[in-house]
This record gives sequence, structure tokens and C-alpha cells, in this order.
Amino acid sequence: MLTLFSQIVIGGADLCAAFLFMFGLKRMSSPATAPSGIRVAGLGMIAAVLASFLYLFTVNAAARPHMLVNIGLAVTALLIGGAGAWFVGRKVAMTAMPQMVAIYNGMGGGAAGSIAAVELFGGHTQGLTQLIVTLLGGLIGAVSLSGSVIAWAKLDGVIKAPLRVKGQQFANAAVMVATLAVAGVIVASVLGVGGLMLTTPTWIWIFFACALAFGILMTLPIGGADMPVVISIYNAFTGLAVGLEGFVLQNPALMIAGMVVGAAGLLLTVIMAKAMNRSIANVLFTNFGTVAKAKPGAIKGSERPTDASDAAIKMRYASSVIIVPGYGLAAAHAQQKLFEFVKLLLAAKVSVKFAIHPVAGRMPGQMDVLLAEAGVPYDMIFQLDDINDDFATADVALVIGANDVVNPAARTDKSSPIFGMPILNADKAKQVYVIKRGQGKGYSGIVNALFYSPNCNMVYGDAQAVLVKMIEAVRGLGAAAA
Amino acid sequence: MSFDIAMTGFVALYVLAAFAGWVIIGNVPAILHTPLMSGSNFVHGIVVVGGLFALFNASTHLEQAIGFFAVLLGAGNAAGGYAVTDRMLAMFKRSDAAPAHHGHARVHHLKKG
Repeated sequence: MLTLFSQIVIGGADLCAAFLFMFGLKRMSSPATAPSGIRVAGLGMIAAVLASFLYLFTVNAAARPHMLVNIGLAVTALLIGGAGAWFVGRKVAMTAMPQMVAIYNGMGGGAAGSIAAVELFGGHTQGLTQLIVTLLGGLIGAVSLSGSVIAWAKLDGVIKAPLRVKGQQFANAAVMVATLAVAGVIVASVLGVGGLMLTTPTWIWIFFACALAFGILMTLPIGGADMPVVISIYNAFTGLAVGLEGFVLQNPALMIAGMVVGAAGLLLTVIMAKAMNRSIANVLFTNFGTVAKAKPGAIKGSERPTDASDAAIKMRYASSVIIVPGYGLAAAHAQQKLFEFVKLLLAAKVSVKFAIHPVAGRMPGQMDVLLAEAGVPYDMIFQLDDINDDFATADVALVIGANDVVNPAARTDKSSPIFGMPILNADKAKQVYVIKRGQGKGYSGIVNALFYSPNCNMVYGDAQAVLVKMIEAVRGLGAAAA
Repeated sequence: MSFDIAMTGFVALYVLAAFAGWVIIGNVPAILHTPLMSGSNFVHGIVVVGGLFALFNASTHLEQAIGFFAVLLGAGNAAGGYAVTDRMLAMFKRSDAAPAHHGHARVHHLKKG
């Protein structure tokens, strides 16, 4: 009776959680409703976690004598894991968000893989289908765990350069085949086939070791610039692993939530890959760093420097300015100064818009968050498709810390490695200013044709220092006028 | 319930959930893609419920250790995903909203990082 009651309450709470997750994500369709969305989803999570303590009334006979210990372990794990991650999550810098997302992917994947391990070691799976799904979920979860740790290390700068050796793709494929073969052996072993040399638990250990190794090997050769695509893929992987383990545990909340996340991760992966003009297979199996560099001889003329205060005054008397921020802005910690400058322009009745390229940050949408953090209202922030036509009528385009995303070679030069990539049409503005540390190529090593174009002037210097000068110049004008 | 019916039901559930996810996520504007990703991080934190189930049914030290690990990671995933998503979404303001004076306090984190 108690068992049945528990199952009904758990089922109800889980369904409720799945519904609240969907409802919460639905509210993310606008920045105005999004904050309430995550809170609604949070309530769903609390309900599901509390209800899962009713599982205690349904535990199998073998586990019953261990109940008190298991409760203690569960509460300890919830408190340590929850409080630790909460504390870090409240403190972490917005620039570190890609690393955080990578970590959370790894944690979710690791949890899903661990569930698979408990089910396999405990021999809890019943029937062939359940066994295979457990193995599949465990494989994807383990790959997501170890791959995400490598992705984190790359994004955090712990691992500096992509590690590539000859025949790596062959080695990766071999490890994958070995993992699947071991999975096959585990299935045979559980089905009672003899002569497999090792015991089932040993094979399970080997299986997880292979899966973890594959995640590491698959992620090591991928370059830092491709990490946004990689973390999107691991997001999808983790969702899929959670969804599959949900089937194993017959838990619809895990199945629904996992699949929703799997679809979300896939969609974001496609969007990112498209914005970078790469196919997903290209990101995973070829090396961006080895793409041939464009020949610099193709571009005539030279970069023309100008003074920060001249540029500032020109913008002060313009009627419309579009700002193209790139990750270099955040690297120089100059978002605050930029918005301070923008506020002066707004006070002088200049129309100011921010134009965001999908790969402006180090993950989709990161530049939007960094601008929002600095206080830029979201109705001043526009995405590529919505603003690209406005450049033609803009008086000034101000490019800060961005390079490839405004390179017109992507439209015209077939020999350029970025040919075909969608770009922001900053070059179509009447006047373009580019704030840049110094002459030379950006971090992708591709020459930017925009810098040599007749309507473009370069303002050399650290973004923050340049903006301070610009603010002073405009303030100075105000004082003179008054 | 016969096995065949159960299987068809589960496959249908997967397909519908994936479709719902695709439609809902497709409506999220690009400006919110980072919080969306951390928000979907949070949603897969529901794996903690599966971890609790596995841990409660553990009867050997090995199973208990792995179950503990599962709950630890799942709880971290859910709590961390929530914390960062909530923080980010609170930063998005319209221009007609009151200017954010506490904006300065927030940027200190960035300088440290």
C-alpha cells in the first residue's frame, strides 16, 4: 500500500517537474519573462528531489538493511554537491561562463554514467533492451564527462594548445570500436555465454575506462575556437544520456527532460556550426589550425591610424552609430567604459545600437550577457540578421575587439579560410573605426580586408585606455559648449 | 502491460519530448542563448533523481560509492546550473527600466576574473 502510494506521489511529482521545466524554458522566449521561467523550473526540481525520498519505500530487499547508511550518503552528497556548486555559481565571472557550462555538462554526464554503473554492477537490469540502453547511456555519459573535463581545461587555459598526433583519428576510431566490442562482451556475459576470460564486473570496469578514454581522445585535438560547438555537443550528449538512463529507471521525468535537453543541445550545435561556416563533422574530425592562411599580398594599401579623441568627436556629432563588440572587449574588461561612452552619445541624441555576431563570445550569446552585465539594455542589442541592413545607413561603425566577424573577405575572397561565413556588414557604414591593440593579424591569423578599406580608420591601444580617452574627449566638448 | 506496448510508449515519449524541446528552444532568441544553455544544463540536473534512486537501492560498498558520486554530481549540476542561469537572466534590463546602480558591484567579479 505504502509502496503504491509512494510510486503515485513520485510519478506525480516527476510529471509536474517535467511540465515545469518545459514551461520554464518556454518563458525564455523573451528576456522579460525569462527570469520567472528559471524560478518555475527550480520549483519543479525541488519537488522532484523531495519526492524521490519516497523511493525509500520501494527499495529492493537486498538494499533494505543499508537504508540508514544510504540516506546519510544521499543527504551528504546533496548538501556537498548542491552547496558547493551553488557557492561557485553565485561567484563565477561572466567571462568564465563557457567553462561553467562545460563543467555542468560533465557533471550531468558523470551522474548518468554512474547510474548506469550502479545498475550494471548491481545486476539490476532486466532483459536485453534494458541492458543495451543502460550501456548506451553509460557510454554517452562517460564520454560527456571526460570530454567536458578536457573542454573545461582548454577553455580555462589549463591546456593551451590542441594536442594532435599523426594517426589520431585512426586511434580514436580504434578506441570507439574497442568500447563497443567490450559492451558486446558485457551483453554476452550477462546472457550467460561462457569462456569470456574475465568476470562481468571486470568487463564493466574496462568498458567505462574505454568510454572515458574516448571522450578525452576525441576532445584533445579540437582547437580553442571550436569549443562553443563542442560544449553544445556535450550538452546534447548529456541530455541524451540522462534520457536513456531515465528509460532504464523507468522514470518519465528523466526521459522527458533528457530528451528536451538533447534536442536543445543539437539545435544550438547546428546554429553555432552554421555561424562559423563549418559542418559539425568538420569541427570534430578536422583541425581548424591547419587550414591554409590567406595570402596577404591580395590586399593593397595600408592601415590608417587615427586619434581616439577625433574618433570620439566624430561619433558625438553623428546621428547613428553601430557598435560591433567582440571577445577582445571582454578580455580588456572594457564593457563598463564602453557603456559609459555610449551613455554620453545617447545624451547627445545619437542613435546607438550594438550588433552581435553569433560567435562574438566564446559560446552562443555570451557577448549579450557580458553587455547586459555592464548595464546595456537588451533593446539596444541586435543580432546579425536583424541589424545587418542598418549598416548601410549608419554614420559610424565602431569595431572593438572583433576581427574575423567583420572581415569582408568572407563575402568575396574564395581563397580565404573564412569564405562563406556570415559576417556583420560593418564595412558598409560611412565611417568605420576599429579599436585594436596594434597592427597585425587577429588571433585566427587571417588578414582583415576591412582594415585597409578607404572608409576605415584604426585606433590603436588597449580598449579600456582608448575608451577612457574617448569619454574625456566627449566630456570636454560638453564643458566647452556649456 | 505487455513489453511491446511499453516499448512503443517509451519511444513515443522520446519522440514527442525531443520535438517539444526542438520547438520550444527554437523560439528562444539568440540574445538568450547563453542562459538557455546553462538553463538546459540545469534541466539535465534532474539526473540527481536517478542518482538518488540508484543510491537508495545500493547494497554493496561499490554501488554505494558510485551512487554517492552520482548524487554528488547531479546535485552540483542542478544547483550550479540554476545559480548561474538565475544570475544571468537578472542582468537583462530594458532601457525604460530604472538605471541599474548595483551594476557596478556586479562588474567587480569580472575584474577579479
